[in-house]
Amino acid sequence: MKRGRTSLKSKCLPFPSHEVRAKIRKWRAASRFALTHAEDWGNLPHYVVLQIFQHLSLVDRARAASVCRGWNDVFHTPDLWRRFEFELNQPTTSYLSSTHPDLVQQIIKRHAQHLQYVSFKVDSCTESAEAACDILSQLVNCTIKTLGLISTARPSFMDMAQAHFVSALTVVFVNSKSLSSIKIDDTPVDDPSLKVLVANNSHTLKLLKMSSCPHVSPAGILCVADQCHGLRELALNYHLLSDELLLSLSSEKHVHLEHLRIDVVSQNPGQTHFHSIKRSSWEALVRHSPKVNIVMYFFLYLEEFEPFFCEETPVTHLYFGRTVSKEMLGRIGLNCPRLVELVVCANGLQPLDEELIRIAERCKSLTAIGLGECEVTCSGFVEFVKICGGRLTQLSIMEEVLIPDSSYNMEQIHTEVSKHLGRLWFPDMMPTW
Amino acid sequence: MSQSCIHWFRKGLRLHDNPALEASLRDCAELYPLFILDPTIHNSTLVGLNRWRFLLGALRDLDESLRKLNSRLFVLRGKPEEVFPKLFSEWNVTKLTYERDTEPYSVSRDEKVTSLAKKHGVTVLYKVSHTLYDIDRIIEENNGKAPLTYNKMQAIVKSLGPPKRPIPAPTAQDMKDVQTPCLDEDRYRIPSLQELELNSEGLGEEKFPGGEQEALRRLDQHMERKDWVCGFEKPQTSPNSLLPSTTVLSPYVTTGCLSARTFWWRLTDVYQGKKHSSPPVSLHGQLLWREFFYSASVGIPNFNRMEGNPVCTQVDWDNNQEYLDAWTEARTGFPFIDAIMTQLRQEGWIHHLARHAVACFLTRGDLWINWEEGQKVFEHLLLDGDWALNAGNWQWLSASTFFHQFFRVYSPVAFGKKTDKNGEYIKKYLPILKKFPSAYIYEPWKAPGSVQRAAGCIVGKDYPKPIVTHEVISKQNIQRMKAAYAKSKTDKEAESPSKKQGTKRKSDSVLDMMKKKTKAT
Repeated sequence: MKRGRTSLKSKCLPFPSHEVRAKIRKWRAASRFALTHAEDWGNLPHYVVLQIFQHLSLVDRARAASVCRGWNDVFHTPDLWRRFEFELNQPTTSYLSSTHPDLVQQIIKRHAQHLQYVSFKVDSCTESAEAACDILSQLVNCTIKTLGLISTARPSFMDMAQAHFVSALTVVFVNSKSLSSIKIDDTPVDDPSLKVLVANNSHTLKLLKMSSCPHVSPAGILCVADQCHGLRELALNYHLLSDELLLSLSSEKHVHLEHLRIDVVSQNPGQTHFHSIKRSSWEALVRHSPKVNIVMYFFLYLEEFEPFFCEETPVTHLYFGRTVSKEMLGRIGLNCPRLVELVVCANGLQPLDEELIRIAERCKSLTAIGLGECEVTCSGFVEFVKICGGRLTQLSIMEEVLIPDSSYNMEQIHTEVSKHLGRLWFPDMMPTW
Repeated sequence: MSQSCIHWFRKGLRLHDNPALEASLRDCAELYPLFILDPTIHNSTLVGLNRWRFLLGALRDLDESLRKLNSRLFVLRGKPEEVFPKLFSEWNVTKLTYERDTEPYSVSRDEKVTSLAKKHGVTVLYKVSHTLYDIDRIIEENNGKAPLTYNKMQAIVKSLGPPKRPIPAPTAQDMKDVQTPCLDEDRYRIPSLQELELNSEGLGEEKFPGGEQEALRRLDQHMERKDWVCGFEKPQTSPNSLLPSTTVLSPYVTTGCLSARTFWWRLTDVYQGKKHSSPPVSLHGQLLWREFFYSASVGIPNFNRMEGNPVCTQVDWDNNQEYLDAWTEARTGFPFIDAIMTQLRQEGWIHHLARHAVACFLTRGDLWINWEEGQKVFEHLLLDGDWALNAGNWQWLSASTFFHQFFRVYSPVAFGKKTDKNGEYIKKYLPILKKFPSAYIYEPWKAPGSVQRAAGCIVGKDYPKPIVTHEVISKQNIQRMKAAYAKSKTDKEAESPSKKQGTKRKSDSVLDMMKKKTKAT
């Protein structure tokens, strides 16, 4: 009896074999011995320890894994390694903690084949991006389904050698063969790598996010659309959008597209030329996928908007990150019947009454609007809200946007608007410091 | 029963509307008006030169006013819990009075002093007069929580009724039976900047002298402009006028040289019967914002930090000392930002819209630095630096708390242009850019070489290049903010990881992130 006791007390030493443990368990059950807490923990069944581990943070789990071989075994259960986010930061410049290099090694050695949902978060240092690619290159025997490359501060993947990046990414593309979701915004991915992606994963690919990837051409992304008929979500920059792409996404073999996000960005005024998309291409897309969300983010200079919204455009979510002209907002009222959400960061100091009222009248699906540095008279605003009525679930207007006039002052506006919305509403405020 | 009473000045550096001081005079035979220079809060890390000068001016003013009533101000240096026991015995103190301060440090300091006082048989009495209302009462009225929207605050204030009327300063008559010993003893005098080992060489012209007299004089001056007061709309005023276009009474309200209640009631008297702009943009509204942030600071734990602050969005701010230093030292390469930071350092005051611009620039707009760093710099430099308001406004401006319209970013180039096309403000505070034409004054890096040479200032040599490309970085930051909001949403809905096979992707709704967190309001 005593011997059994002493062996149970030694939690910190590797446990005796399963056999011995089973014997002890049997003996204990038979003897109805009242055991202390310390003696129970080492004997918990694997699935119980697994459940507990799933509630622990990675750090705590790793610590617990050092307690005994049994717990260490549980720590390495494949189920705990399906999803992992590698955090790669240089300590000199980042608050953020980094995934310990030893842990990274362990994962590559023991768990590469278990990884299914993987992401890499890197800071603004090129070294971090390179480290991410080094890990990627080693994930040879794996069946990754989801891959995300996230630059938290600057696009550091763009600073590293393109060849290094592309070869690392290709390793995953070739080996996984069942990639369904890929997020590679702000990376130097190119057309050949996309070809490799398509060659190996065309049946499984559902989501592809690649905004701000300057090395890809319209032909490159067209190849993806042509082969990956299960693609439901796509995010890219406007220069990759083409009539052919939209038609390809609308082909009979293609599933319904659910989400299309387009970034329209200009770094320097007048340097980018924006082509237009034919109305018929848009129509084909909407015919094929009537419920598709088309999200457009505009970061342009005023004079660059010319090619847009001249004809009917089926955009649903519109976001203007910089100043947008009154004229453009007028065009939107005329040509965006599917509009659901509109956010305007800045317009200028001319009242937008007419434009807003037209949007209320013609965009019958509009449910959310946000106005930053703009001006609207109170009467115009009330008219807008009256027409939209209760369908406006989000109405985010800075207080300084509203100009009191002869019909309404600031106090009256909130009661009037609340009345038409059918709920209590106040404009957004900035405190006086 | 004749008392020997210490009235302890900390904030509330005034004689008018000072209920605690009034309480100290009751049955008082000996009065000791006291100020303690506490190294924990009165040190050069926390307090910049301008603030030191303001404080000393306020103390001298207080001493002057007390001497007119045959009393004086006693100034001692040291930690209150060490200073008081000595004073209790030396001065045979029976009573201690002070104005309530809700800052966490003040609360714990006052608790320590109160228990020490009890040990020495000293009665302790405090009164609420730094805020319009008793903050505990506001929180109580809101079911035990601090209101999280300004509108809720207004509703509570309405139900509580107007704040208490201010009481007048003690008169010679009130003080006729009160003695203050040691009237001429030098060892309790107010130290000079030199004696505090502060180098006054860096100080510019004193634009805002500290003190109750100055505060009341300014109050009178502004109340006289009654029509202006009635039409007051703070957001319409310009951030970069050469002369402050708002009242600049804030430093006096912060230190308590001017009573908030006195200010409130003077405004009410002016409003009587006249058509006026209603809160929040009116002057009453400003005082109410102060009240709002005070109540938030009391009701929300860890209010001056991101971590451990239950209402603050946890954001992965960058740890970039280079960026922070550039912002602090006014060398970001954006003239509008640098001019504001220069005025802040030289004068200790900047218009509130200027604060918005630099706060947004440092945090979610451009540099992506934690708002806590900005808070520290403002605390050091601002004459009206107030623990509660600083924390609250920084959180608001960084869209961390209370406010979530993160797409509304102040452009460091365009914002100032609206009210000052020719950049006169920039030229005043950054003389190196004086000769730049208006077309380039806000963006000197875009000026052709010939223009720069003609202006005698080469960008990159005489004036820094812009530290970030605003258009690129603000776009990135908007996405980062969106991610931070999404993360905080999922953290709240966190389930057991084993159940998470792959989160169902929702449609990318930008406005989802604009939803005001109307939790317990």
